[in-house]
Amino acid sequence: MRYSALSIIKNGLTGNKGWKPVWREPDPKQHYDIVIVGGGGHGLATAHYLSKKYGVTNVAVLEKGWLGSGNIGRNTTIVRSNYLLDGNQPFYEHSMKLWEGLETDLNYNVMMSQRGILNLAHSDAQRDAFARRGNAMLMSGADAELLDIDAVRDMVPFLNFDNARFPIKGGLLQRRAGTARHDAVAWGYARSADSHGVDIIQNCEVTGFTIHDGKCTGVQTTRGTISANKVGVCVAGSSSMVMAKAGMRLPIESHVLQAFVSEGLKPTIPGVVTFGAGHLYISQSDKGGLVFGGDIDGYNSYAQRGNLPVIEHVAEDMMALMPFLGRARLLRMWGGVMDMSMDGSPIIDKTHIDGLYFNGGWCYGGFKATPASGDAYAHLLATDRPHETATQYHLDRFARGAMIDEKGAGAQPNLH
Amino acid sequence: MIIHHPLLGPRDASEFVHLGDATLLSRPDWQADDAIAQFHEYLYQRENPAGEYRELWYHEQGDRSWLIITRNTLTHEISSVELARDVARKGSAS
Ligand SMILES: Cc1cc2nc3c(=O)[nH]c(=O)nc-3n(C[C@H](O)[C@H](O)[C@H](O)COP(=O)(O)OP(=O)(O)OC[C@H]3O[C@@H](n4cnc5c(N)ncnc54)[C@H](O)[C@@H]3O)c2cc1C
Repeated sequence: MRYSALSIIKNGLTGNKGWKPVWREPDPKQHYDIVIVGGGGHGLATAHYLSKKYGVTNVAVLEKGWLGSGNIGRNTTIVRSNYLLDGNQPFYEHSMKLWEGLETDLNYNVMMSQRGILNLAHSDAQRDAFARRGNAMLMSGADAELLDIDAVRDMVPFLNFDNARFPIKGGLLQRRAGTARHDAVAWGYARSADSHGVDIIQNCEVTGFTIHDGKCTGVQTTRGTISANKVGVCVAGSSSMVMAKAGMRLPIESHVLQAFVSEGLKPTIPGVVTFGAGHLYISQSDKGGLVFGGDIDGYNSYAQRGNLPVIEHVAEDMMALMPFLGRARLLRMWGGVMDMSMDGSPIIDKTHIDGLYFNGGWCYGGFKATPASGDAYAHLLATDRPHETATQYHLDRFARGAMIDEKGAGAQPNLH
Repeated sequence: MIIHHPLLGPRDASEFVHLGDATLLSRPDWQADDAIAQFHEYLYQRENPAGEYRELWYHEQGDRSWLIITRNTLTHEISSVELARDVARKGSAS
């Protein structure tokens, strides 16, 4: 399916009846070179890079529901590369570069909008920590600017600067960060992978793995048994449940994260703003709705819905930072199941079972990682070697004491 | 979520903090030959079930007791609440 201004006008005038499906709906074949389990952002991106960049086209993506039903269609769409640690920052900067070229690569409008992210600092110590983080970002080739109070005031004059308890002391700005349209990212990757010959099979749940003598040779699904040379799992919040079918326990807990959208307002907030004293991040969508969220609820959950205490916390943060939003009404809210890892960083690795690969532990931050995760996973599946920006994302790093713990919070998923 | 505290009755979940799997009550023997492997399992590897889950909560904004709560992670429904010290005494944390 191709789009043009002319096709939009033509279809608009003829009742929008001329649109065609964007990808095929094939039945599963008996064998594939590579089977990808999970048709979220990461699974679809992996299929795209496998087929386009690494030349492996006999590939299937098996998705238990419909494309976009998981976290790829539930996130607050923030894209950034402002990490601190060596294991993470080069990977996220690689992702940012891929985002910058994504629309050309896919020939699809993913509404990538580099409107910037501003992390606010509320104490001298926090500002110093931001200076250090900014330097780490610069060293990875990313952009970072440390703003003083006046520069923050110029940019976002509407904030409550004189909050007695959490005064604003400055901020860390990444101008290349921003937002992208989450559904379009899934659809763009799906369309591209499909056009390179990948079979995208929806309503196909993987119920087990075929494993003999320590080698995985395929999967059992609700649509029959499929054999494969390699199986790559990337099922985000369902990671523990799916890998348990291969007899594995993971350094992961599933937690719920909520997101909120207000009624449409006139342009108010220019980029993404985060409150450094509580947990709030907020941006405004092109339709005018404020898109915002806070922390995970803090207890294990597969429910895809959260509870009131977090909503209250997020609303309080918003009133502390932007009191003028007090009369905006909440339009929608929902939850997604996060694969929270034990150090807050992801895993892209082989398993101890030959032919079985695992990608997960993305916590609340895997949307920005979608392109790099797809590229690195495709690289690993195609070559059996980790991508140069993803060399530390090993499953056994906890046993070796090689954690990548950005927050230094320890083995406590609800604190990351 | 309302947690029915065995001593204090129904309390809002926001008074509590969540620690994690109730098996954390049974610390491995540090003198065992495979203590390193056991502690790796204990600290980092999780069952993470979808369904019934026994977990440790701490009543931080209340009487500071540790509780073991059995909760369904698919529905958030709580089916039992026990004092962790009672469970530890009975030796049935896992
Ligand atoms: C509310 C919220 C806000 C967020 N905000 C941000 C943000 O601002 N920035 C950011 O970077 N990240 C954010 N994230 C995180 C990000 O959305 C996720 O980390 C990322 O989408 C996970 O990867 P995915 O897209 O592949 O996951 P998913 O889309 O969840 O894909 C996994 C897929 O696997 C499928 N699956 C599961 N089990 C099986 C099975 N047995 N067989 C076949 N298929 C199966 C599922 O149906 C699902 O479609 C947010 C998440 C949430 C919930």
